[in-house]
Amino acid sequence: MANVGIVIVSHSEKVAEGAADMVRQMVGDAVPLAFTGGNSEGGLGTDVGRIMEAIDRAWSDAGVAVLVDLGGAETNTEMAIEMIDETKQQRIVICNAPIVEGAVIAATEASGGSPLDIVKQTAEELSPQ
Amino acid sequence: MVMDVALKKALIEDCAKVITAHADELTSLDQAIGDGDHGVNMKRGFESLLADADALAARPLPDMLKAIGTQLVMKVGGASGPLYGTLFLSLAKEIGEAPNTENARAAFASAIEAVKARGKSEVGQKTMLDVLAPVLAAWDNRAGLAAHLSETARQAADATIPMKAIRGRASFLGDRSIGHMDPGARSSSLLIATIAKHFGA
Repeated sequence: MANVGIVIVSHSEKVAEGAADMVRQMVGDAVPLAFTGGNSEGGLGTDVGRIMEAIDRAWSDAGVAVLVDLGGAETNTEMAIEMIDETKQQRIVICNAPIVEGAVIAATEASGGSPLDIVKQTAEELSPQ
Repeated sequence: MVMDVALKKALIEDCAKVITAHADELTSLDQAIGDGDHGVNMKRGFESLLADADALAARPLPDMLKAIGTQLVMKVGGASGPLYGTLFLSLAKEIGEAPNTENARAAFASAIEAVKARGKSEVGQKTMLDVLAPVLAAWDNRAGLAAHLSETARQAADATIPMKAIRGRASFLGDRSIGHMDPGARSSSLLIATIAKHFGA
């Protein structure tokens, strides 16, 4: 079974790319990884279409864990998930975790072959309970 | 009633025009308490509807609303894209091809619930819901309903000025969000007033 994929969604493409760089350096290439940031015109924001594409790029049959930053990123990611093929929807989760630390921890967990619920749970242990 | 193509097209065009005409105002409201992108985002979304107005208006009402919702989700961005998109996608599911006033009211009620779920928000938190919910509550069987709903929307948007934001980026400001009209409430009241005009307001 393939490893869980990780998607990073920030309002800023630079933040998303930087977080993805950290994942690659600290975890390596064992997990499918994609990032997206900014709106369709290159400004700060998030874009449903781009989020759908990022999920597609990081797609794994084991599922995809998404890390988001501020509110609109979460709302747009939820919308993107609903617009993706129904057979895939149940294998996409949003982690309630800080975007950089969460991405690194989730990817670390995923690289060991953990299933999606464990990847999510491990990332969310970073959040204040 | 079955809405004819000309009416549907006029609704799309006039909604696009009112959003475009008020884009700067929406942006300045959003600069006061949000991230300052509401006007430009809404304008981009509604201009894309305007460009497609003929094709959209030619569809049956539910298909048209679904296409509008999808287009707003994809083009508006920000938080308002999914929120307005969800509103129209939900209306599309419930309204039917030839709604009477009661069908329209029921579809609007469902759409408000969908927006609440999407935004994880409730009435009273200084959002578009603070216009949508009072309009639903004011929706009765009176003569002159459209004008009544239009006026209700205007007053409800004004009533967001003293509210404190609890959801969205404005909530980071806490008490400093008090004293500004919510931009989403304003755009909702503009759209409701524009639609009401075509139904006798």
